[in-house]
Amino acid sequence: MDRRFPHPDLLDGIRVSGPILLGIIPFAMVAGISAANAGMTVIEAVGMSVFVFAGASQLAAIDLIDSNAPFAVVVVTAVIINVRMLMYSASIAPYFQALSTRVRALLAYVLTDQAYAMSVAEYERKPERSRLWYYSGIGFTLWIVWQIGTFVGAVVGAGVPEALGLEFALPLVFLALLVPAMKDRGTTTAAIVAGAVALGAAVAGVPLSLDLPIAAVCGILAGIAIDAWGNI
Amino acid sequence: MTAWSSPAIWAAIGLIGLCTFAIRLSFIYLFGQIDTVPDRVEHVLRYVPAAVLAALVIPAVITIQPTIEATLVDDRVAAAIIAGAVAWRTEDVFATIALGMGTLWAIRFGPSLLGL
Repeated sequence: MDRRFPHPDLLDGIRVSGPILLGIIPFAMVAGISAANAGMTVIEAVGMSVFVFAGASQLAAIDLIDSNAPFAVVVVTAVIINVRMLMYSASIAPYFQALSTRVRALLAYVLTDQAYAMSVAEYERKPERSRLWYYSGIGFTLWIVWQIGTFVGAVVGAGVPEALGLEFALPLVFLALLVPAMKDRGTTTAAIVAGAVALGAAVAGVPLSLDLPIAAVCGILAGIAIDAWGNI
Repeated sequence: MTAWSSPAIWAAIGLIGLCTFAIRLSFIYLFGQIDTVPDRVEHVLRYVPAAVLAALVIPAVITIQPTIEATLVDDRVAAAIIAGAVAWRTEDVFATIALGMGTLWAIRFGPSLLGL
C-alpha cells in the first residue's frame, strides 16, 4: 500500500471536487439561510449540517419545522428522502470491501450523490485508483465546504443571486457522469427508462421525494429485462 | 417562524442523522463482512449509476409545460443539450459544467448585455 501522505489520489479527489463546489456552495448557503429564517439558531443550523449532511432532506426538514409540522412527519420525510442512498451504498460497497469497518463507517458518513457518482465513475475508468483516498478527497472536501456554507448562510443570511442559477451546476455534474455510464444497451435502457419515469413522477407529484428511488428501480429492472431478452 | 423548542429541534436532528447514517452504512457495512459479492447482486448493481444519474438529471433539466414547444424551448434544456454533447466528446466534468453554465448564462443574460 502506498504510504505517501498526502496520497496523490487524495489530492486528485480534492481537485475534481472544484467544479462541484460551484453548485454546492449556493446550496449550502440556502440551507443556512432557510434554517435562520425558520427561527433556528446558527448552532442548530450547523448542527443539522454536521449530523445529517444531506441537502435535500435538510431543506425539507427545515421547511416542515418552519411550518410547525408534527415531529414524526419531519423525521420520516427527511429520512425517506435519503433512502436513495441505500442504492449508492450497495453500488459503491464492493469497492470498499477490503477496508476496515471503522474506515468504512467514516466513508459511509460522507456518502453523497456527488461523492458516489464521481468515485464510481473514476474506479470504472481507472481501476488502479486508491478507493480510499480518491473518494475521501471528494467526500471530505464537500463535507467541509457544506459546513462552512451553512454557517455563512445562517450568519450572513444573504445568498448568491438566484438569477445566476448556480444550482444548475449540480445536474450538469451528474450529466457529465451519466453520458459515459450509458456504455451499452442495458445501461442506456436503464437511463432512458429511469429518466422518463422520474419526469412522469415529477408531473404526477409523487410525495416525499420517492420519485428518485421509484424511477431508479424501474430503470434498473428495464436494463435487466432488455439484457435478458437479448440472451434468449 | 417555528414554535418548536430547541430540544425538539435537536431531537429531530439527532434522529434524522442517525437514520441517514444507517442508510449510508447499510451495504457498505454488509459487503465488508462477506468475502465476495454474489454475482446476481453485482449484475443488478451495474445498472445503478446510469439509472440513478438519469433520474437526478432529467427532472432538473426538463419541466413539463402544457405544450411541447413550451417544454423544450427552455434555457436549461438548451444548456443541457450543449453540456451533454461536451460530456460525450470530452468525458470531462469541468468542461461540461463550464460550457453548460456558459450556455445558460448566454441565453439568460446575453440579450440584455448586448442591448437587445
